[in-house]
Amino acid sequence: MIRDITLGQFFPGNSVIHRLDPRMKIILTVVFIVFIFLAESAVSYALMFLAVVLLLIISKLPLKPVLRGIKPIMFIIVFTAVINIFWTKGDHLLVEWKFIHIYAEGLLFAFYMVLRIVCLITGTSILLTYTTSPINLTDGIEQLLAPLKKIKLPVHEFSMMMSIALRFIPTLIEETDKIMNAQKARGADFTSGSLLRRAKALIPVLIPLFVSSIRRADDLATAMECRCYRGGSGRTRMKSLKYKALDFIFLFITVLMCAGVVLINIYLPVLVV
Amino acid sequence: MSEAFIKVENVCFSYKDDNDEDIPVLKNVSFEIQKGEFVVVLGHNGSGKSTLAKLLNMILAPASGKIVIDGLDITSDQMTDDEVYSVRQRIGMVFQNPDNQLVSSVVEEDVAFGPENLGVEPEEIRKRVDGALAEVGMTEFARHSPAQLSGGQKQRVAIAGIIAMLPECIVFDEATSMLDPSGRKDVMRAIEKLNKEKGITVIHITHNMNEAVNADRVIVINEGHVCMNNKPKAVFSNVSKLHQIGLDVPQVTELIYELKKYGITLPSDIIDIDEGAEALASLFG
Repeated sequence: MIRDITLGQFFPGNSVIHRLDPRMKIILTVVFIVFIFLAESAVSYALMFLAVVLLLIISKLPLKPVLRGIKPIMFIIVFTAVINIFWTKGDHLLVEWKFIHIYAEGLLFAFYMVLRIVCLITGTSILLTYTTSPINLTDGIEQLLAPLKKIKLPVHEFSMMMSIALRFIPTLIEETDKIMNAQKARGADFTSGSLLRRAKALIPVLIPLFVSSIRRADDLATAMECRCYRGGSGRTRMKSLKYKALDFIFLFITVLMCAGVVLINIYLPVLVV
Repeated sequence: MSEAFIKVENVCFSYKDDNDEDIPVLKNVSFEIQKGEFVVVLGHNGSGKSTLAKLLNMILAPASGKIVIDGLDITSDQMTDDEVYSVRQRIGMVFQNPDNQLVSSVVEEDVAFGPENLGVEPEEIRKRVDGALAEVGMTEFARHSPAQLSGGQKQRVAIAGIIAMLPECIVFDEATSMLDPSGRKDVMRAIEKLNKEKGITVIHITHNMNEAVNADRVIVINEGHVCMNNKPKAVFSNVSKLHQIGLDVPQVTELIYELKKYGITLPSDIIDIDEGAEALASLFG
């Protein structure tokens, strides 16, 4: 059961999106989010949907797992749709039954909102988590935030912590599994009883896990010291990040789309029904 | 004879227990290690052998005594930070648990960690990483995550991470004790290759007697004392003394020892299986 947890699932590959500089991908993601929130009319929504489909195609990601990524937010999607369908008032009444009034505008809004959320989630996941290895991601964050070092923020330490956390996720999952099995072999029951009972049953798993994690941290600190780790100063990187022409082309296209949406908003005002 | 590479003189070390009382771990330990030697340190749990390893690259400092590495007294108060890091670069260390010493979620990034800390140029790091991975036979796993590797493979990655720092000596602190037999064999082969081909001084701490057979020298530590320091043959021929301090001898040696008890005349310095077989065969003419 515990193995199903995937955090920041990454699909290795060599597509154009994979090859983008992680720093640029973070910037692009921010611009893309702005783009999505600027979209107001049918034309912009179409453009937004097209952009996500294009991203999916050039990233060469398998369709299924990308769609599965929407599952965790299904509740939010359904909730938004319901709210929009029942609470939007308009001119074109479709259904009227007791206190329920459904307008055509409501259906359309619901559709737009759902489209917006789906595009937001899949678009940003394709740009970042699906195509960027965790290590590149933390590198990108570290370098983007590098200016903050001037105001004494521990940017390097923060990114080191993140990459070590990522490194140890599989190790700790394995360890949890092992401890759970050991407790099961001693008669522990994790699957029945009330929620409180089950939560209590987890205590004998968590305590050994914490103890062993602290021990691991101690070992790792010693090993890092032995390998001359002394924080970020004087440290070089094997792979230094460099912006390529491709990165700027993508930035240009995304900014252009943003500008396009703004123009559409001004000159082609909201087209509803 | 030239000056020894590592010189440990009358070193004492103690831990504090919960009541703030000193628990002595090492008592007046002295030995020398020459450049290029393959030294195995034996001792059972709690004998102070891991503490000894941590003293050599300044993770711990001795309470008294002197440790000199290549003419540099690392126990002096005047050690600068740069000197400390240079000692750690020259004396690499591989630990027991392969999982707890890998920093990065990509094998080659992990190997690059040491040289990156030393401030080596990127192209040079690339070269060292590729070289180090080839050295331990892990080139094809360069882009893998450590989570996908077996214990022996992880340990070889850890070794590559140390080699990439171009050390002169590597201390293996029970580096094989958590591995399965095949992983252990691979790691031992990598260690022996480093010693023979690259001339790296190896200090191998273990409680597996069979790994001590091919060493240049064996140092036995018991209750904080160096109780034997000699060639493997000389150490293992002293079966009763080893048994006394709770250590085993290689299986062949044990067999010969038991046979001799029954009055069968056999040489007492057999530590190698082939040697043992020959000696037994010669009994039957």
